[in-house]
Amino acid sequence: MLAAALILTASTASAAPLGSERQAALLYLLRQDCGSCHGSTMGGGLAPPLLPQSLAETPDDALIAAILDGRPGTPMPPWRFEINPNEAAWMVRQLKGGLAE
Amino acid sequence: MTLVTSPARLLLALLCLAVTSGAAGAEEMRGTGDLGIVIERTAGSVQIIETSERTSLDRIEGLGDLSHASAVFSRDGRYAFVFGRDGGLSKLDLLTRRLVKRVLQAGNSIGGAISQDGTLIAVSNYEPGGVRIFDTETLAPVADIPAIYGSNGARSKVVGLVDAPGDRFVFSLYDAGEIWIADVSQPDKPAITKFADVGQQPYDGLITPDGRTYIAGLFGEDGLAMLDLWRPEAGVRRLLDGYGRGEEKLPVYKMPHLEGWARAGDRIFLPAVGRHELLVLNAVTFSEIGRIPVHGQPVFAVARPDGRQVWVNFAHPLNDTVQIIDTQSLEIVQALQPGKGVMHLEFTPRGENVWISVRDADRVDVYDTDSFERIGSIQADKPSGIFLTARANRIGL
Repeated sequence: MLAAALILTASTASAAPLGSERQAALLYLLRQDCGSCHGSTMGGGLAPPLLPQSLAETPDDALIAAILDGRPGTPMPPWRFEINPNEAAWMVRQLKGGLAE
Repeated sequence: MTLVTSPARLLLALLCLAVTSGAAGAEEMRGTGDLGIVIERTAGSVQIIETSERTSLDRIEGLGDLSHASAVFSRDGRYAFVFGRDGGLSKLDLLTRRLVKRVLQAGNSIGGAISQDGTLIAVSNYEPGGVRIFDTETLAPVADIPAIYGSNGARSKVVGLVDAPGDRFVFSLYDAGEIWIADVSQPDKPAITKFADVGQQPYDGLITPDGRTYIAGLFGEDGLAMLDLWRPEAGVRRLLDGYGRGEEKLPVYKMPHLEGWARAGDRIFLPAVGRHELLVLNAVTFSEIGRIPVHGQPVFAVARPDGRQVWVNFAHPLNDTVQIIDTQSLEIVQALQPGKGVMHLEFTPRGENVWISVRDADRVDVYDTDSFERIGSIQADKPSGIFLTARANRIGL
């Protein structure tokens, strides 16, 4: 648990850059698979919208934790099996900045 | 060229020429019984397909955000009504291959239904939560049913909207845990009957082909909510209560769908939620007969029209596989790997072929359901839902 927290902190503080192929794969995942509940334009669906204005008030760490470990009591599943903390942090930055069309 | 002897014959000859060389073939006389559409979810377009030669006829663009789009058909099988995620409702003419009309009727929507007599389209909306009803001819608004629940005026997302006999629409309120029946005998004054406390987070619904039984799947708990529309006064009954037997659920990377659910003989096959299983119910008593362990979280479990097989696809990250179950032995008789991102499957009306959309491969493949051989394929841009016009004549589709 402590180790996980340390990794999380380290990753948000200084994220190693992701390769462009991995970035493309994560963007595809966001639109196509996250998009099946959040909408492919992130405008929301059965799950809440993930647009910059809807995420602005939520701290990055909370969003990263939601991606990695899901949100109990909601359908949001954990993605840790295929997304690491560094990648989740990158996804949060993309979402907060708005996905390019 | 034959000798033209009069202006009338010249005109006739020109007309013939126009017909035979018509680029889109729109003037060609044909029925629509072997037509359908494929949703291209990212591009916001649909392709018009025909299932006799297994080809794509045309593409219609400009339909907005079609992630999670679905469609119903007019009773004559000529028009498709496409429900987009962005609240767009589009009416397509399959013969002239044109977008007839498109309205943005809400901010975020999930699906729709056409009324028994074909005069009304109902759309279920997430934002603003509720159902809106439109005239099929003009797409003019007819009625608005806000899904308000509880005491503080909150609105619920609406899911599982189906048509039912007797000028009714039935749907579920995801946030409220309710099922509502809207009687639209007087289209502009829908009469609503509400059933509260049906269970937590109904996520989708189905109606049996006879239009008698409505079943909502529950995400928030293990079980299903059933309403007998022949005896609505009996209220909502729980089915398969606690089917997970208290075990921790597996994460669900894509919500299962109940539309296109499978009834085969005296058995019903439904995807479990958070379990890599199909649930098998007795179609008369709705009690559990058994479960079939499958490859992953099932998304669609669809019966071949003769009921002999059930074809199942799966949620991310196991969405490259389709399994086929024999409904007599309850065994998996075949597994196919069409490619990553198998989104949907649709049988031809008599079941000899099945069309399968393979999103990540940008293909829709056609399989023979006896030999399991791939017998055709069309290119499509991130294809998802496939809808054939045979749905026009079926309750609940």
